[in-house]
Amino acid sequence: MDNKVYTAKDYKSDQYVRWCPGCGDHAIVTTLQKAMAELGVPPHEIAVISGIGCSSRLPYYMNTYGFHTIHGRAAAIATGVKTANPALTVWQVSGDGDCLAIGGNHFIHILRRNVDVNILLLNNKIYGLTKGQYSPTSDRGAVTKSSPYGTVEDPFIPAELTFGARGHFFARAIDVDLEVSKECMIAAGRHKGASVVEILQNCVIFNDKIHSYVADREFRADRTIHLRQGEKMLFGKNMDKGLVLDGYKLKAVTVGENGVTIDDILTHDATTANDIMHQMLAMMDGHELPLAVGVIRNVEAPTYDQEVEAQVNAVRAKNPNKTLRDLLLEGDTWEVK
Amino acid sequence: MSEQTHVKDLENVVVRFSGDSGDGMQLAGNLFSNISAAIGDEISTFPDYPAEIRAPQGTLGGVSGFQVHIGKGVYTPGDKADVLVAMNPAALKTNVKYVKANGVILFDTDSFEKSDLEKAAFKTDDPFTELGITQQLVPVAITSMVKSSLADSGLDNKAILRCKNMFALGLICWLFDRPLEQAEHLLQNKFAKKPSVLEANIKVMTDGYHYGGNIHASVTTYHVETGDAQKGIYTDINGNRATALGLIAASEKSGRPLFLGSYPITPASDILHELAKRKDLGVKVVQAEDEIAGVCTAIGASFAGDLAATSTSGPGLALKSEAIGLAVMAELPLVIIDVQRGGPSTGLPTKSEQTDLLQALYGRNGESPAVVLAASTPSNCFDMAFQAAKIALEHMTPVILLTDAFIANGSSAWRIPDMNEYPDIKPNYVKPEMLAEGWKPYKRDPETHVRYWAIPGTEGFMHRLGGLEKDNVTSAISTDPTNHQRMTDLRQAKIDYIANCIPALEVKGNPDADLLVVGWGGTYGHLYSVVNELNHEGKKVALAHFNYINPLPANTAEVLKRYKKVVVCEQNNGQFATQLCGKIPGLVVSRFNRVQGQPFMESELKEHFIKLMEE
Repeated sequence: MDNKVYTAKDYKSDQYVRWCPGCGDHAIVTTLQKAMAELGVPPHEIAVISGIGCSSRLPYYMNTYGFHTIHGRAAAIATGVKTANPALTVWQVSGDGDCLAIGGNHFIHILRRNVDVNILLLNNKIYGLTKGQYSPTSDRGAVTKSSPYGTVEDPFIPAELTFGARGHFFARAIDVDLEVSKECMIAAGRHKGASVVEILQNCVIFNDKIHSYVADREFRADRTIHLRQGEKMLFGKNMDKGLVLDGYKLKAVTVGENGVTIDDILTHDATTANDIMHQMLAMMDGHELPLAVGVIRNVEAPTYDQEVEAQVNAVRAKNPNKTLRDLLLEGDTWEVK
Repeated sequence: MSEQTHVKDLENVVVRFSGDSGDGMQLAGNLFSNISAAIGDEISTFPDYPAEIRAPQGTLGGVSGFQVHIGKGVYTPGDKADVLVAMNPAALKTNVKYVKANGVILFDTDSFEKSDLEKAAFKTDDPFTELGITQQLVPVAITSMVKSSLADSGLDNKAILRCKNMFALGLICWLFDRPLEQAEHLLQNKFAKKPSVLEANIKVMTDGYHYGGNIHASVTTYHVETGDAQKGIYTDINGNRATALGLIAASEKSGRPLFLGSYPITPASDILHELAKRKDLGVKVVQAEDEIAGVCTAIGASFAGDLAATSTSGPGLALKSEAIGLAVMAELPLVIIDVQRGGPSTGLPTKSEQTDLLQALYGRNGESPAVVLAASTPSNCFDMAFQAAKIALEHMTPVILLTDAFIANGSSAWRIPDMNEYPDIKPNYVKPEMLAEGWKPYKRDPETHVRYWAIPGTEGFMHRLGGLEKDNVTSAISTDPTNHQRMTDLRQAKIDYIANCIPALEVKGNPDADLLVVGWGGTYGHLYSVVNELNHEGKKVALAHFNYINPLPANTAEVLKRYKKVVVCEQNNGQFATQLCGKIPGLVVSRFNRVQGQPFMESELKEHFIKLMEE
């Protein structure tokens, strides 16, 4: 890294952005460029890897090294990039279909291995590029082109899958909330290890307003909670509602009502190795309890790429100049004179 | 018993060790071939092991074999054995068909009890008559002699019985007049940390040797001619290890770190194992979650600047095909190793075939040309893996290297190369001054059509690659019809150009032959042996054997059209013959095809060639 101060423009390519007008992806790419400028990694030390889908076009719009690969495989390719050269900063951009259907296997394994890749999971609960089929995050009963009578299957909750795969970082944001989006991206960029940032993204053509229950400005303050490390879990227009633990469950209460004081409200700690509280927070959906946005889990753990590098270095240190010929001469040999 | 011991002079000899898969037959066979190689024999070995890891002891399904061919002019492990070692009735029953009619069968009498015969599904108590055995039988009470030999060793019964293979080895060394010193040296390396086991093994082996000397059996002993090998330091190497090491050599010669992304699959996993060990040489290995991730991690590593490879077998190649297409499109270097096995589907995982050729050539969507190479012997795997990596790096293309279960598991003696004998590998990197000249990602060398490689981390050369069709200069997404045609042509021209960088097709045998035998890949040893033999007998036969399949050597059409009769021999239903006839207008060939999961039988080839010449 150098001392140069970067601006969002340094990360913007000369390509014309081809997403539909009104698509949530426009805000996401702009926010990512701003987040990268704040993180300050030079553009040539960044690789942005994507799979297939609307969101996977994103690398073309970044003035970094980029690779728009094949459907579902971004996580595997990103694993190769980062393992080969841990000095690169690697971002992965995937949609819900790319990441959780065809790429589900690679998604759980990049998390299990804890490869230091920042994964942006753009969740619009629909297949956009193939024009409107249900995805693995579509709600049960979703009526789409491929489910005209409604789906009869449950969706994945990306956070739940992340924790199930032993993920160490999960954050969530809504596409229209640029500040929280940027905050999550920066935290993911700073986290060493696989980090998942789920961005609830609106597909204006095939699934418009799918997130409006929580995303609309009118309700957002009451139906979402912005979690901040070390701060009380407060939400609502007046920031007077909060979360408490009621037995084994979370409960929303109002400070000042029924004898509840600010001291009763839970304090957010994303860094506990135990993920039970993170799981409960991440599963809130905006109905009974507010949908959690911000960094929900952020735990340090050994990363795959560094461990591989360390193992190579440790073995190599025993004989740094060893060559293939040296190896062959160590084995069972005989000489013909 | 006669007091006379006959000595038979032979140019070469084939020994087959067989027993339960836990009997250590592979080790005994391996040691015997190494001992022979150390005194100057040419060697070729082949293990024949069951797909089951440990079938019930003494049953037909659990028999494991190891065939060793030693002497002069050794190109294959041999059709049939001169000597068979059978540790139990099941081994005898499954292996007797691999023994010459006038051969010798040495067996452990202690394991031919009634219950042993039942386990091997014999119907009578006379297995020899039941099998119609014509060979000379040498009964030896191996188990009881090993027990008495180690009675005072302090080892438990199980450990004692595990030394039976060394008794057999000692006896075979006596039979072929092979000194035990080299075996002792090899055992010392193997059991360095277990001195009591080492001592027991050496004692039993020595006892086996002396037993041979003492019985004065009327067994023919053999004097085998030793070969005249090139001077140098030798080791024995199997194809999978040679493949792995060839990639390491290419990494040393190119300066690009080696990366392997792979998923375990028979019979290719030993490449993964070998490279996983090679952290001492800086190799990084990802054991991926599936075949697709194996190739995709390699593509990622290639994008990041490594010499990247993935190893697999036929079913895995099928799974990787979409990703290989991505590497074609993105014009990234990538080595894909397919150790072919019997197919289709799961097929015959431990057996050998050449049935993936057309899959390698054409098994992708779109016009998706890639380089296809094939290795012909265990040690040739080293050279072809090196070549695969060289072509991939210098021409920015995926290269598929076909080996097969036969050469992957077979071993031959190999002179350890001086790496100065190998050429440098020079990828077509971007140069800093290109920025001022208006560098674009898909600008390419005007002669070779190779684009310039900008490795992430290089300042100023940020660019985007992808599976979508790109403009032939800027690499911006393009759906322009003429650009797509141009890119399709460029991708093909880039591969075609490689014909200028590979060796010409060589013809061995009689240049004025009446019959040209054509082969490719792992059948080389068999075809060469037979062509040699026929020429010795005064028949005019030649061999053209291919290591380079796409592109073909530039002189291919000229060579093949020179001969009146051409026969293409392959372990499939005619895939290479079809490819040749498609590429060379007017070429007429006959075909010799076997799909049995087994190497060619030399006797069968010979008979077929003679018939063709007489037609």
